[in-house]
Amino acid sequence: MSEIASNKALESAKKDQDIKGHMSESREKLSLFLNNRLGMFGLMLVVLFFVSAIFAPYFATHDPFLMDIPQRMSGPTLEHWAGTDQLGRDTYSRVIYGGRVALKVAAIGVSISLFVGLLLGMLAGYGPRWLDNFLLLIFDSIRSFPTIVLALAAVALLGPSLELVLAVVIVTSIPGYARLARTSTLALKNTEFILAERSLGAHPAIIMWRHIMPNVIGPLLILAAMDVPVVVTIEAGLSFLGLGVLPPTASWGTILNEGYLVIRDTPWPIIAGGIPLVLTTLGFTFLGEALRDVFDPRLRKGK
Amino acid sequence: MIPGDPVSIALGPRATPEIQAAYAAKMHLDKPLIYQFLIFMGNVLQGDLGADVFSDRSVTTTMAEQLPFTVTLAVSAIGWAALVGIPLGCLSALKPNTWLDRFTGVLSVGTIAIPSFLVSIWAILLFSVTLRWMPVIGAGESGNILDQVHHLILPAFAVGLGWVGYLARMVRASMLEVMGENYIRSARAFGLRSRTIIFRYALKVAILPTITLIGIGFGSLLSGAVFAEIIFSRPGIGKLIYDMVLSRNFPVIQGAVLVTVGLYVFVTLIADLVVSWLDPRVRDSL
Repeated sequence: MSEIASNKALESAKKDQDIKGHMSESREKLSLFLNNRLGMFGLMLVVLFFVSAIFAPYFATHDPFLMDIPQRMSGPTLEHWAGTDQLGRDTYSRVIYGGRVALKVAAIGVSISLFVGLLLGMLAGYGPRWLDNFLLLIFDSIRSFPTIVLALAAVALLGPSLELVLAVVIVTSIPGYARLARTSTLALKNTEFILAERSLGAHPAIIMWRHIMPNVIGPLLILAAMDVPVVVTIEAGLSFLGLGVLPPTASWGTILNEGYLVIRDTPWPIIAGGIPLVLTTLGFTFLGEALRDVFDPRLRKGK
Repeated sequence: MIPGDPVSIALGPRATPEIQAAYAAKMHLDKPLIYQFLIFMGNVLQGDLGADVFSDRSVTTTMAEQLPFTVTLAVSAIGWAALVGIPLGCLSALKPNTWLDRFTGVLSVGTIAIPSFLVSIWAILLFSVTLRWMPVIGAGESGNILDQVHHLILPAFAVGLGWVGYLARMVRASMLEVMGENYIRSARAFGLRSRTIIFRYALKVAILPTITLIGIGFGSLLSGAVFAEIIFSRPGIGKLIYDMVLSRNFPVIQGAVLVTVGLYVFVTLIADLVVSWLDPRVRDSL
């Protein structure tokens, strides 16, 4: 009896140790991340991006559509922190509300393309050879269009709208995720635990979802963080050209578009409309690189 | 699809149904889509990209006129970026953790973080509107080389700026890797001068990933050129597509998009060929 009891104690002690080992590993990763100054700075900017967009009404000092013609095109004042545009609207408040459009495009665009890319990538990697070749052909064809040219062609056919911007973003980002998922799936396909699953007769869908997906998704999430600024820039660029979100909606692109028309009268809308784009790009880039350093030990060693 | 219907755009609101039907038949618009596509591809293979809806001008001629502007812009942008970025990356890899290395690091992140269209706008604001050093629009008088160069500086600066940081980073990383290889150590042990080692042995290998990168990145280079052409009102494929999108001139858009994609595939192919020419390892694996 005592033997069994001691065995059990031993086992539970071992388990404890395992859990502790696991804990310390994740704690190590956390401290690595916390000690990465650029990463923390990036995280701050990213949080600012989310919070200012979600709670825009609390951050804004004015109604973004309220016109005040006598005060049009003023420089920064105590009342208008970033000046006013050609209709006397408060540029700071418009920039804050513009963050909502950026967040919407980024959240919807990145999550859909991440999901579809993951699915197609795993199918290409795990499925039959012909499917792989077929999907690769499609990914390469999409990649051979410069994004803006594809967007221009789509606008010519369907007219400008936020939905079209989203569609362009999704179509052009899927191949990136899919290729990454495909490469990792190919590497996993012939590992022993997948072979074991297969010989036990598990359904391919179960294998892909339960066993391949968790091993593949990490790098994709990091790519997603790095992809957000790309997506935000596409939206702003198209809206700047008048082919994305249309005025009077406040978006960073439309602010730049309207500001560019009055560039000789006031520089402030152009300056204020561009800064959030730069900050968002910096934030997500630093965050993505910090995450990559933490979760990819091979790169860490190489440093 | 009424507002975008190619027949009503080409003929205007006052065309009679008979004229519209005749036009649709002439342009094969009454046939199934796949048939239209095959006819289009057949014509493309014979060098015929169709005709401008309004002026009936051959799209191929228009392309031949506009393409040189875009290629000039793209080449001068990547050219100055390479001239600055590659030496910067190289130097910071040879002297890691010095002020130069840190400066390059900040510069790379900074230049990558500003989208090229924003660089264009801010450059116009600073150099054209405030300082009045640079012209804002056009490509300069034809025949006047100096004027054309003057008009090229700002767009090329704007399109290339992000690439400076990108190339510097890439060259730094691959140079660091190469300098740690055994054959470099052997070269050192043989007593070769460090300049010989760097230029004849290390840089030659470290530059290879950069060439592939330029090939793959040519698409985003073209995207940048499109923005710059529109913002600076410079002639070129990008400006052409933009103008034609606004007036819904479908044949020109079709032709221009096809030429752009073809150009991209061509450049990627050239980059691959150059890499396999320079790198025996790649050549043998082909």
